[in-house]
Amino acid sequence: MPHIPLPEHLPGITGLLEYSQLTAEPIRQLTQFILRGENSLTPAERELIATVVSHHNECRFCTAAHTAAADLLLGENETCAIMKQDIDATPVSDKMKALLKIAAQVQQSGKAVTAESVAHAKAQGATDTEIHDTVLIAGLFCLYNRYVDGMATVAPADPQFYTGLGQRLVEHGYNRLPNGYDHLKKQNRPS
Amino acid sequence: MHTMPGCTFTSAAARMQEERPIHSPEIFPQMAHITLPDESLPGIVGLFNFRPETAGPLQLLAETLLRGESPLTSGERELIASYVSLLNDTHFCHTSHGSAAMAHLGHDVSLIDDIKNGFQVIEVSPKLRALLNIAAKVQKSGKAVTDEDIAAARAEGAGDKEIHDTVLIAAAFCMFNRYVDGLGTWAPQENEAYREMGQRMAFTGYVRFPIKQDAVEV
Repeated sequence: MPHIPLPEHLPGITGLLEYSQLTAEPIRQLTQFILRGENSLTPAERELIATVVSHHNECRFCTAAHTAAADLLLGENETCAIMKQDIDATPVSDKMKALLKIAAQVQQSGKAVTAESVAHAKAQGATDTEIHDTVLIAGLFCLYNRYVDGMATVAPADPQFYTGLGQRLVEHGYNRLPNGYDHLKKQNRPS
Repeated sequence: MHTMPGCTFTSAAARMQEERPIHSPEIFPQMAHITLPDESLPGIVGLFNFRPETAGPLQLLAETLLRGESPLTSGERELIASYVSLLNDTHFCHTSHGSAAMAHLGHDVSLIDDIKNGFQVIEVSPKLRALLNIAAKVQKSGKAVTDEDIAAARAEGAGDKEIHDTVLIAAAFCMFNRYVDGLGTWAPQENEAYREMGQRMAFTGYVRFPIKQDAVEV
């Protein structure tokens, strides 16, 4: 049960972002830009960074949600599954592997990022902006994961829930839905 | 020179120059992992300058969290920010937010060291102590926060919003700290170098750096 009363039809992060809309606004703006804005990394690659960090933070809700989004964007579900076990074995470019390793270091601590891992990413063709954005995405998911779990929000057990959420993230991105989330109340009612 | 609230005539570029420490070393102790447009700008300021598109929302987040509406005072919230940054070993954020806290609380920057010493001099209410305990748990992991930690804060008078704001500030500084250290930015060592920066953070606020349009001018 969450540590504070949150809308029951909005598990995970969504209920928190609705509870505190003033603080949600810049978090949503940042997420929309860094995961969906113009970038030399694809939205799928950026969702992989979000997923690997959430996985290492053992945040069930965020891991399942961003795995679903990445799977939809990639059109398959093997890449995420392999990445969670072994970054080196993941079917992505060598540059992406190097960036995912930097993200995994950021998950540990900012100080865990080594000059060697950055030099390696650059040698694989990563630009300064790509390295910057990788570190910021990884940092942002250290925020989200702690927010979601630190408030003990609910992570639904039903895999279908995350398929639906992933679909919403792919179609609508991270801005607040223009009409809010009241329409989701109906779906939870027993028919 | 102190920038007063409402003094909007300073150009964005000039405002950013103010963040350069007065006695900034000729050679910076370390180069960032990426090439920043101005290596003399410390900590997150150099990163704001590098990526104005993300600087905007990051500054607005700091402003809303630390100076927006909350049942916690800005002094209390800056103490939480500084304390979490200390636990993450991020000197720039620890000392700059420590300086902002001292500005709000009317203390000298020398008292920033009291945060390291477990708040022996700075007056910390039992409620804030319980919230600092929650913040320390969040710094480790969201999952480390227990029902008992929350109950202890409620017993000292913390309500839903205070608990929420504490968790989100702590989580946000787990991002800001990783951003600043993960890109290898440099930080001035002495408390004194953060005196004016902290006063500006406290009384002018966080939305004071060039955002997109300004950056094009620069």
